[in-house]
Amino acid sequence: MEILYLLVPLSVVLVFLVGAVFWFALKSGQFDDLEAPGLRMLADDDRLRGPDDRFDLGQKRRSGGRYDDTLAARGSVETSVETKGTKHGATGNL
Amino acid sequence: MAQPGTYNYTVVRQFAVMTVVWGVVGMLVGVLIAAQLIWPELNFNTPWLTYGRLRPLHTNAVIFAFGGSALFATSYYVVQRTCHARLFSEGLAAFTFWGWQAVIVLAAITLPLGFTAGKEYAELEWPIDILITLVWVAYAIVFFGTIARRKVPHIYVANWFFGAYILTIALLHVVNSAAIPVSLWKSYSAYAGVQDAMVQWWYGHNAVGFFLTAGFLGMMYYFIPKQAGRPIYSYRLSVVHFWALIFTYMWAGPHHLHYTALPDWTQTLGMVFSLILLAPSWGGMINGIMTLSGAWDKLRTDPILKFLIVSLSFYGMSTFEGPMMSIKTVNALSHYTDWTIGHVHSGALGWVGLVSMGSVYYLIPRLFGRPQMHSLRLIDAHFWVATVGIVLYIAAMWIAGVMQGLMWRAVSPDGTLTYTFAESVKATYPFYAIRLLGGLLYFAGMLIMAWNVWKTIAAGKAQDAAIPAPAHA
Repeated sequence: MEILYLLVPLSVVLVFLVGAVFWFALKSGQFDDLEAPGLRMLADDDRLRGPDDRFDLGQKRRSGGRYDDTLAARGSVETSVETKGTKHGATGNL
Repeated sequence: MAQPGTYNYTVVRQFAVMTVVWGVVGMLVGVLIAAQLIWPELNFNTPWLTYGRLRPLHTNAVIFAFGGSALFATSYYVVQRTCHARLFSEGLAAFTFWGWQAVIVLAAITLPLGFTAGKEYAELEWPIDILITLVWVAYAIVFFGTIARRKVPHIYVANWFFGAYILTIALLHVVNSAAIPVSLWKSYSAYAGVQDAMVQWWYGHNAVGFFLTAGFLGMMYYFIPKQAGRPIYSYRLSVVHFWALIFTYMWAGPHHLHYTALPDWTQTLGMVFSLILLAPSWGGMINGIMTLSGAWDKLRTDPILKFLIVSLSFYGMSTFEGPMMSIKTVNALSHYTDWTIGHVHSGALGWVGLVSMGSVYYLIPRLFGRPQMHSLRLIDAHFWVATVGIVLYIAAMWIAGVMQGLMWRAVSPDGTLTYTFAESVKATYPFYAIRLLGGLLYFAGMLIMAWNVWKTIAAGKAQDAAIPAPAHA
């Protein structure tokens, strides 16, 4: 089983590398806040709604979902904290 | 084309569409070979349509073409959206798409022609292996380059999973595919005998762990919160999940070689590490499902969420079943039977398939400037057809597998084996038929998806989203 002389040291080196990455991430403050990142990714509204948008989402929607007009009023694609993940009418709430 | 201030959606669109195309192709081949097990005549006496050549084509098509394209599409989307940065390099990103498609097309040509390295899930011959390596290095540069130019200080947990999957697959591929070429389409492994088997399953199981698990967990950690409109149940647990999985995964592989020439202690080591894996796996599964805590009603109305959440229940089932099957006494019954096939497909159809489909349903309208998919009812229909298909498939294989295991070990009072091998094959026919039915349903679901995606794209127009200005917070 000479192959273990390759695979075992490889695993040991990897564990130390992973440990180093973990230590580095820890020291650089990646895990200082373990609440906000989960919320921040929701605040990123990724539905396309540029100024050149040809249709109004609220009216063209088939299944009668509600549409938050304040989003359109703000005229920004990206500032919403509301995610419109669910298309069936239930607007996501944080 | 490359508008400054926008995300690179082009490559995401390309991979998302090819996910659907390769899904249809790969599953069609799966249905064909499932039918061949019942009606061997379906190889039409043509060498390149025989089971032995089409089976690796099926696995390569569904894992690396369908699953791989889904991983490329989602990782490129998630890393851009969570880092607020455009993909690192236009050229390299385009190269990963065309290079990966070339790998798939070459696989689809060489495998039926009988060119194979003979390693499961790594059958492709050395020239293609080199192309894979180049594409993968480009992938790593694009992904980590994007992380490096991020505008958001925190690296979202999904990116950790994607990053680990990219790095580990590079290492696994290079070590396992090391070979000495004798001609353009023939090479011999750098390892021999049981050494080769050990390297193969070190690769094989870690490919399951990092390609089919870590990568898709990255998908899960982004698309479930986004689709549900709720933060992940516990962000802290998701970070613990990641590090626990990464630290403990590497040595599960020997459980594929129970009761072989592999040293006994190595087999036991593989079993112990496989059992340990239950903890991080279930931690992640619970974390994902509990995201819906207090909002379970969304499952009633949102078919995309059904895909994502049910994929996690299959993830939970297969990550319980896997450690259990790695226990040597259980493995003595299950090994070499169709139970293994059932286990793999519970993970592949249930977890990998459903989470990819849910994510692509999420992506397509956003990539093509539509408010939602062409038809939500068709998504719902796809969900139910696929789920019933999975249940038929895995239940048939469970029963067939346990039956085969029991028949093979049955001993008559005079000490001879009660059944011949052929008798166990004959007894399996009804279950092969049920499996084919399940596979057909799953394939039909994929066709429904292809139609729905086609109609959505036809009504929409490729659009790239703007990168938000740096946050004031």
